[in-house]
Amino acid sequence: MELQAVLMAAGGGSRMMDLTYNTPKPMLPVGNKPLMWYPLNLLERVGFEEVIVITTKEVQKMMSTDPKMKLEVKMKLDVVCIPEDTDMGTADALRHIQQKIKTDILVMSCDLITDAALHEVVDLFRAHNATLAMMMSKAHEFTETVPGQKGKKKTAEQRDFVGVDESGKRLLFMANEADLEEGLSIRKSIMRKHPRMHIKTGLVDAHLYCLKKSVVDFLAENKSISSIRGELVPYLVRKQFSKAANSQTTKDEADEQSQKQKDGNVNLDLHILSRDEPLLQLAQAYSCWNDHRGDMSDAYHGGTLRCYVHIMEQGLCYRVNTLAAYIEANRLIGSDSIIGAGGQIAEKTSIKRSTIGNSVTVKEKVKVTNSIVMHGVTIEEGCNIQGSVICSNAVVGRGADLKYCLVGNGQRIEPEAERTNEVIVGSDQLMEI
Amino acid sequence: MADSGVTDGAEKKEDITRVKNEGKELSKEEKQRLRKEKKSQKKNKEKKDEQDALASEREKNCAPSTLSQPAAHKEPAASPPVQAAVSEPPAPAAGAPPADKPAKSKAELKAERRARQEAERASKPGKKGDPGPQSTAGKPKAPPSELQPVVKRLPEHVQVDNPEVLKKLAKKLERQQTPGRGAALKIPLRSDYGYKVSLFSHLHQYSRKAPLTQQLSIPSTVIHPVIVRLGLQYSQGIVAGSNARSVALLHAFKQVIRDYVTPPNEELSRDMVNKLKPYISFLNQCRPLSASMGNAIKYIKKEISNIPSQCKEEEAKTKLQDCIDRYIREKIVLAASAISKYAIEKISDGDVILVYGCSSLVNHILCEASEKHRKFRVIVVDSRPRLEGREALRRLVKHGISCTYVLISALSYVLPEVSKVFLGAHALLANGYVMSRVGTSQIALVAKAFNVPVLVCCETYKFCERVQTDSFVSNELDDPDDLMVTRKGKTQLEGWQQVSQLGLLNLVYDVTPPDFVDLVITDLGMIPCTSVPVVLRVKNVDQ
Repeated sequence: MELQAVLMAAGGGSRMMDLTYNTPKPMLPVGNKPLMWYPLNLLERVGFEEVIVITTKEVQKMMSTDPKMKLEVKMKLDVVCIPEDTDMGTADALRHIQQKIKTDILVMSCDLITDAALHEVVDLFRAHNATLAMMMSKAHEFTETVPGQKGKKKTAEQRDFVGVDESGKRLLFMANEADLEEGLSIRKSIMRKHPRMHIKTGLVDAHLYCLKKSVVDFLAENKSISSIRGELVPYLVRKQFSKAANSQTTKDEADEQSQKQKDGNVNLDLHILSRDEPLLQLAQAYSCWNDHRGDMSDAYHGGTLRCYVHIMEQGLCYRVNTLAAYIEANRLIGSDSIIGAGGQIAEKTSIKRSTIGNSVTVKEKVKVTNSIVMHGVTIEEGCNIQGSVICSNAVVGRGADLKYCLVGNGQRIEPEAERTNEVIVGSDQLMEI
Repeated sequence: MADSGVTDGAEKKEDITRVKNEGKELSKEEKQRLRKEKKSQKKNKEKKDEQDALASEREKNCAPSTLSQPAAHKEPAASPPVQAAVSEPPAPAAGAPPADKPAKSKAELKAERRARQEAERASKPGKKGDPGPQSTAGKPKAPPSELQPVVKRLPEHVQVDNPEVLKKLAKKLERQQTPGRGAALKIPLRSDYGYKVSLFSHLHQYSRKAPLTQQLSIPSTVIHPVIVRLGLQYSQGIVAGSNARSVALLHAFKQVIRDYVTPPNEELSRDMVNKLKPYISFLNQCRPLSASMGNAIKYIKKEISNIPSQCKEEEAKTKLQDCIDRYIREKIVLAASAISKYAIEKISDGDVILVYGCSSLVNHILCEASEKHRKFRVIVVDSRPRLEGREALRRLVKHGISCTYVLISALSYVLPEVSKVFLGAHALLANGYVMSRVGTSQIALVAKAFNVPVLVCCETYKFCERVQTDSFVSNELDDPDDLMVTRKGKTQLEGWQQVSQLGLLNLVYDVTPPDFVDLVITDLGMIPCTSVPVVLRVKNVDQ
């Protein structure tokens, strides 16, 4: 077996608490399908037959009752539940399932909606015998007005600085603005090996990683790393150019080093150095190929740890982790309007560019434009709903006029209400911070 | 219509025979007509019976005029000659003409004999070849190809412009399923890219941007992941060069053998060969196999089929892996050191050596020579689009050899100062021709013009039983987009596909005639180019 797929579906959706305080993020409906369905569909389309899904018990329960998940996902899902109260990072979750992992893995996040050709990422991983291969995409500006936002929101999210080499494939540098307090500093060893580096900031990390099995073993020994994106990836990118990984130490020397240094990091080198077999090295020595030119070193500068990135120029790639992204994704999936099953739509209603969930009752003379209505909602007569998000089981009283609002789970909007740009949630939710 | 044809033909025949009898030369048209009639006559012969022949003989003997005999003899059967008119015997065999025909000239007798021979040959079970020219003694390179028919055909991998052959190839790839799986797990067919220059339209031309893995499922279960990785490395050029490709292939096969499990009720020796077939097709689709790879595959298949059936699986697997290790050690590594030993004798102090491109063997020789403290300098000749010479330059300079770097257009400028030329080879063909990177034949040609000795270094495992005298028949077409170059932000050939009269050709190999090669240095010694068939014969006898 070549690759095992791991889907991380235990995230809390901390950046869209208004939507997720009742429905866990993996089960949020996008285009009337649970958010989790999209990465699972992508994996199924490219040919995976089994996926390890790491999630919480709540989500697992919801998964087993959801009709879409049961019918349309044909792969075998190996659901691993992690306890909800522990604050487990993605790397901690990988450590948790270390026993199940037998080969290299492909880690995906449940909030990724994309039509990318996965083979491009995996080909980089295979052809260059890389330790890490990831995917990034050009960020899109979100143009829709998001309920609850006063005015044009300045992206408070911090930028990521990504440095790639001339070919645009090899990942040389990755840091978040938050970690760069005094400015961006690049090591001389990187500059000596790759004198031309392109630094990009407008990229969105798709959170799709191909990792070698040795990395998972390394994680098992290094319990200090808890997040893949936040800690493991920058660590691996930095480690490409560290002295230990590059010096052609034999295994014995590496053993000595580990005894002297007591540094958990050296274990990674051990895992990686023992990988390159003598025949492969012979083939590389005979081959007249080099990944760079201009200096006197061999292919890959003799380094055994390599990180690659595939940057998507065109195509769809969304990470649904904020409210704006959620609305944007719904806009895209439902090209005009999607109406779920089991509902009742009365006459003289107008539904434009909206997504209506299952079992929704819409009475007469209702105008719904540009909105997302989740399952089980009741909309009384004469309502006018524009650019809003109505969460499940809410009731909108008759004649209500909602513009750019977010109605929380199970809320009731009184009749003849007029709300603009408000987030209407229950008082119990307001207590949680 | 047949009747009119007969009468016309009869008249014309009279003309011809008259002319012949008069001893004048036949005109071109008459000759063509003669040929056509002979052909039709042969067809008639096939269709008719013995009895017809006898009947017609009788008829013929009753024929009044002598001239009508030749008419019947050479009848133009425009339509399928089932009619009675035509059944009038063109029976040259039976036509031992009676003595009352002194007019039967030598030419007619010859024609009769020829027609007889053709008839006999046509009745043999041999299949006639297809529209293309018949190859001479060309055994197809790839082992899993067709059996040897009576008449030699072009191997299928050089008939890309024949749609029937393409269909057959697609079907063959479909049929190569992994045993034991129900669903049709086929090796996808890689589609050609871009306009192909008409002289090379019989070869495949693939684009690097459309890898074969697009059509495979991502956790590749059909094909062993090591083979998928190898195929990707071949198609992207990460593993390039004859020796590198062979070593990487053997390494991959070692992994495959290690992970192999004999299914129940199957014999390892037979089943493993079947397992390897789809992998080889896959690698062939990624990049056409080289001669050295073909020989390595032949060796492995022989070793696998020679495993005794009572051998246990683990034992067999270790034995095979040892065989592979031994093959690499003997044929590649030790051969390289033997060759460099011979070659170093030929390098004297003060030499200026010219090398072309990046040959792992030539680089090895030069590095060893410099370690043995020979004083020489090297001129590295390079050519677009591969620009492999840069890598050779790097390796030689790293070893402390002083080098000059030129492009192939400067060849005649540097040759006056060169004392010898060392060339690597991709394969050595059975008629003494050297198949190597495109540009090598030019180097050899110009070197010959300047009277500079040309030495080709090649291990014996690259000797191939094919025969080729030109670079068109069998070659490899690389991605044409490699020829595009961006200078100062502009790519001139960017829209080459839109220009209808423009075709980009990126050849990989060419053949050098043995007249331009002075010496071939192999691990068996230094031999002239014409001794290659002897080596092949000796090798075959050994095996």
